[in-house]
Amino acid sequence: MSELAEALGRVARRRLGGDGVEGVTRLSAGATQEIWRFVLRHGEARTDLILRRAPGGTRVPDTAVGLEIEARLIQAAGSVGVPVPPVRHVLEPGDGLGHGFIMGVVEGETLGGRIARGDALAAARPGLARQCGEILAGIHTLDPDRFPTLRRATPAALIGQYEEAYRASDWPRPVFELAFRWLAGRRPPPPARPRLVHGDFRNGNLIVGADGVRAVLDWELAHVGDPMEDLGWICVNSWRFGVADKPVGGFGTREDLWAGYEAAGGAPVDRERALFWEVFGSLRWGVMCAGMAAAFRNADPTVERAVIARRASETEVDLMRLLAA
Amino acid sequence: MQDQPAPGEILAAVARFLREVVAPETAGHTAFNARVAANALEMMRRQLDLAPAAEAAERARLAALLGMGGDLAQLNAELSRRLATGDLDLATPGLAEHLWATTLAKLAVDQPTYWGYRAALAERSMAPD
Repeated sequence: MSELAEALGRVARRRLGGDGVEGVTRLSAGATQEIWRFVLRHGEARTDLILRRAPGGTRVPDTAVGLEIEARLIQAAGSVGVPVPPVRHVLEPGDGLGHGFIMGVVEGETLGGRIARGDALAAARPGLARQCGEILAGIHTLDPDRFPTLRRATPAALIGQYEEAYRASDWPRPVFELAFRWLAGRRPPPPARPRLVHGDFRNGNLIVGADGVRAVLDWELAHVGDPMEDLGWICVNSWRFGVADKPVGGFGTREDLWAGYEAAGGAPVDRERALFWEVFGSLRWGVMCAGMAAAFRNADPTVERAVIARRASETEVDLMRLLAA
Repeated sequence: MQDQPAPGEILAAVARFLREVVAPETAGHTAFNARVAANALEMMRRQLDLAPAAEAAERARLAALLGMGGDLAQLNAELSRRLATGDLDLATPGLAEHLWATTLAKLAVDQPTYWGYRAALAERSMAPD
């Protein structure tokens, strides 16, 4: 039995009320997180669980909020009715597994293309955009003061962060220059009430079933800022999976998203501000893709990384359609 | 003169091997990465086919737009600088046309099936290649 499985077995007995674990399987080899699936044994019962932890147990990437904070965000969101996976245990130093947490498995679809186009979810799709609006309104009720270590980011600071990353890539992209200039000219003032922003709320980070959204995943880019950022990000072209007339994740309309948001207590949606964040979102994803070229040459020389780097041009055509149609 | 088959033909054959032989006979991450590798080789084949003419046209447009010579990297750096300062913008004659032509040429190599690219071609009433 591997060292990891042995440590998980001890955690199962001490923290999870089980007898042991079996079927420990690695699901992803991400650069920022490891994800493992395993089965908790408890007498005759078997429960599927997920372990998320920092690579090798310890390395914590700079940009993410940290796995302990991520677990606390998930728990806080769950307490206000946001669908999330149940957090079973946040790792402690004595567990011998490094930084991370253990959560329950939520069954459902996570692949964006199947959520946007698959037959299995055809009946659920018409309600998803409104539900996403309701969920975002719930996330935006969370008290930012409970998370003092989260980054506070004004619109100007966020633009500056991505502009700096783009300049560091040292590769001229006239379309990105055009977009940065457009954003600078339309930058909204800092929000009157900065809210807790999920930061990566999009098709691809949702678990969806026949009954709708079952869980919101990937809280590692959460910060405190303009809540409209979340409403713009889910409309970015890159998550529409080819369904052109459904800007919200390829499954719904902006009107449904906004109506759900406002009906669930979210602030009235400012259309101009939402468009600003949609353009920002395309540019943000473009800068992230472009940055994969450096990651490919340094830390992660895989074909997959190289191919993602070459997807930056997708956001250039998206930006041209938004700004120069 | 190098012998035949040409690089593009060999790249196409390796991509077919990865997609039609390796991917079906493997599983999980290996099968997935075999398909990703096939896509990457097909991208490189398109770059060999399309980029020489597209980049020559791009360079000619940039030289006219900026009134200077230089290689593609220098010209794109100068265009970027002038866009950042606001010396040039979408109101500049020829600028939008240049950015559109350059962007569509990049997508024809990188992701010709990307739906946003197909939509842009349709909106601009251009037949896909």
